Amino acid sequence: MSVKIYIPRDSAALSVGAFEVAEGIKAKGGDDVQIIATGSRGMLWLEPLVEVETPEGRVAYGPVQPEDVKSLFDADFLKGGDHKLRQGLTEEIPYFAKQDRLTFARVGVIDRLSLEDYEAHGGLKGLKAALSMTPEKIVEEVLESGLRGRGGAGFPTGIKWKTALAQTSEQKYICANADEGDSGTFADRMLMEGDPFSLIEGMIIGGRAIGAQTGYVYIRSEYPHAIRVMRRAVKAMEDAGWLGQNIGGSDAHFDLHIRVGAGAYICGEESSMLESLEGKRGQVKVKPPIPAISGLFNKPTIVNNVLTLATVPFILSEGAKTYADYGQGRSRGTQPFQLAGDVAQGGLIEMAFGVTIEEIVNEFGGGTRSGRPVKAVQIGGPLGGYLTPEQFSTSLGYESLSEAGGMIGHGGIVVYNDTTSMMKMARYAMEFCELESCGKCTPCRIGSVRGKETLDKIAAGDDVAANLDVLDDLCDLMEEASLCAMGGLTPMPVRTAMKAFPEEFTGPLEKAAE
Amino acid sequence: MVTLLNTVEDKFAREICRDHGDKSDELLEILHAVQHEKGHLSDGALRTIAQALNISRAEIHGVVSFYHDYKREAGAQFTLHICRAEACQAVGADELITEAETLFDVKLDGGGEDVALAAAYCLGNCALGPAVLVNEKLYGRVDKAKIKAIAAQHMAQNS
Ligand SMILES: Cc1cc2nc3c(=O)[nH]c(=O)nc-3n(C[C@H](O)[C@H](O)[C@H](O)COP(=O)(O)O)c2cc1C
Ligand code: SF4
Ligand code: FES
Ligand code: FES
Repeated sequence: MSVKIYIPRDSAALSVGAFEVAEGIKAKGGDDVQIIATGSRGMLWLEPLVEVETPEGRVAYGPVQPEDVKSLFDADFLKGGDHKLRQGLTEEIPYFAKQDRLTFARVGVIDRLSLEDYEAHGGLKGLKAALSMTPEKIVEEVLESGLRGRGGAGFPTGIKWKTALAQTSEQKYICANADEGDSGTFADRMLMEGDPFSLIEGMIIGGRAIGAQTGYVYIRSEYPHAIRVMRRAVKAMEDAGWLGQNIGGSDAHFDLHIRVGAGAYICGEESSMLESLEGKRGQVKVKPPIPAISGLFNKPTIVNNVLTLATVPFILSEGAKTYADYGQGRSRGTQPFQLAGDVAQGGLIEMAFGVTIEEIVNEFGGGTRSGRPVKAVQIGGPLGGYLTPEQFSTSLGYESLSEAGGMIGHGGIVVYNDTTSMMKMARYAMEFCELESCGKCTPCRIGSVRGKETLDKIAAGDDVAANLDVLDDLCDLMEEASLCAMGGLTPMPVRTAMKAFPEEFTGPLEKAAE
Repeated sequence: MVTLLNTVEDKFAREICRDHGDKSDELLEILHAVQHEKGHLSDGALRTIAQALNISRAEIHGVVSFYHDYKREAGAQFTLHICRAEACQAVGADELITEAETLFDVKLDGGGEDVALAAAYCLGNCALGPAVLVNEKLYGRVDKAKIKAIAAQHMAQNS
């Protein structure tokens, strides 16, 4: 009997040698080993993480490099033998054991493209339940779970679906937003590469709930590997009769198409994404009408983030209440947090809302990788605010973070050490807005350029007091008069950086005194 | 006057459009496919696509110029996409970019014959930065030595 070895074929794991390691183990192990390609468990500092199936459970070794393969065999790792890279039973590693894995329950566990494995681990249960429910009942279940959009805005998913269901149009659409442009985030990618069927299942359920028989997944072009995996997953579902006509022998139909973006951050904004799906420039559209009433090709359309949709099967199979039991206040359920930047143990941490920044950054993360003190964290992507260690007792939830002057966004947390120049980060925020503005409105298109120039003047010590006032007015204008959150939220990283570190925005002299 | 209107200028682009049912909503996919094969989007290809999809040339130029991915001119043999977004900045992306510029004697986003360097804004590898993407292959924890090795490896594959 050959020993089962689980090795992630997740692009982060591949980026540090997982493929070469798998090849090495295959070559040396021959018929003694059976290699199973999984997603990543999310303990990214341990990648490539190799897991061996033993009677006690899966034993983890990591980070494994190709040159470690020989010594692993010498240490009898096929029986779970001792080795300097041995991390113990995977599911007992505290980083993993402490998490609330609902959306990511199967990621890293199953063969990502085996429908059989998917079903054996609870897959398709939610869809089967949904097929015997009325659309109204599905929507009600999602409403009751308290699920909110994980793409950034946190809008209640059930309410959006209810609006779309109420439209009488024959043709409706459901779109998965896999544009994941926020720097510091990678949960959508990991989900698509590690458990693609769960996203598809969530979309079929959503389609049934609102009456859409066509779906699109809009994936950013920076994710070539996720695109390949999703295409194969769609094919597998079609072949098995879970996509197309008479899904699973029922009267339901659903077709799913994969579309690829072309390098534009703004296409993550839903109206821009819908324009892009129509083959146009990704320019933001004025609301109303909202997409749920008139979206893709002017038909009622639901746009949801990958994580939102991939969570729906759990809610349908385990019940709204089970999901809603996690979380705090109006932030129900779990959030897959993504910990990155200068951090010792970066990765994916799915936790119920209410966990504190301190727990994520210092307990899970183990502080910085460089060993330097933490200066600040940025939460919620490039439009999110900077928070300092003094604010680390803040709990992570939609409301609690917004009270602290930040936002949860898509759940990305980037750690910066004490050598970081906050002036530079503030300038970068303006520069990014300039680069990615869709150009539709002046506060964003011109404001970002002016913002960058003004920060340069301040950095150069050029009439600092007056320019600080100019910047302040400019930020007010961008916040109030931008059409979408690109221009509207760019002031958030700028202002939070200035508020926390005012001494870095007083010209060149102080900087030298550091 | 001779009109070129009814002759197909770019046979490959014409084929791709047909594969996509000549549907204008699939324009981005069509552009990706043509660029993937040819390395860039030529005037002839754009004219052919506009005609096949029955959209104006102004419209297609509008789309091509809007998205960062599309290239109108033939570029370097291969491009190293280096992430300069926040999480990679936090672990030295700016230094890596400066080193790569010296190493390959080209500027970021400044073209080049053999190797070009292009800024990327997050490659989804933020916990293992600095991140680099080359020919659809992702690399993590990239430093000066590693980027040199990556370039050498892809250069060898290309020749
Ligand atoms: C500039 C900008 C970029 C955005 N990028 C994304 C993105 O990459 N992924 C995403 O799911 N939502 C993104 N959004 C939010 C979407 O507009 C939309 O709210 C979301 O996709 C809805 O899905 P949800 O309710 O499941 O979150 C972005 C919004 C703005 C303003
Ligand atoms: S705020 Fe910026 S990105 Fe948003 S619509 Fe206006 S110009 Fe476009
Ligand atoms: S609305 Fe057109 S630039 Fe302001
Ligand atoms: S910020 Fe560089 S890969 Fe995400």
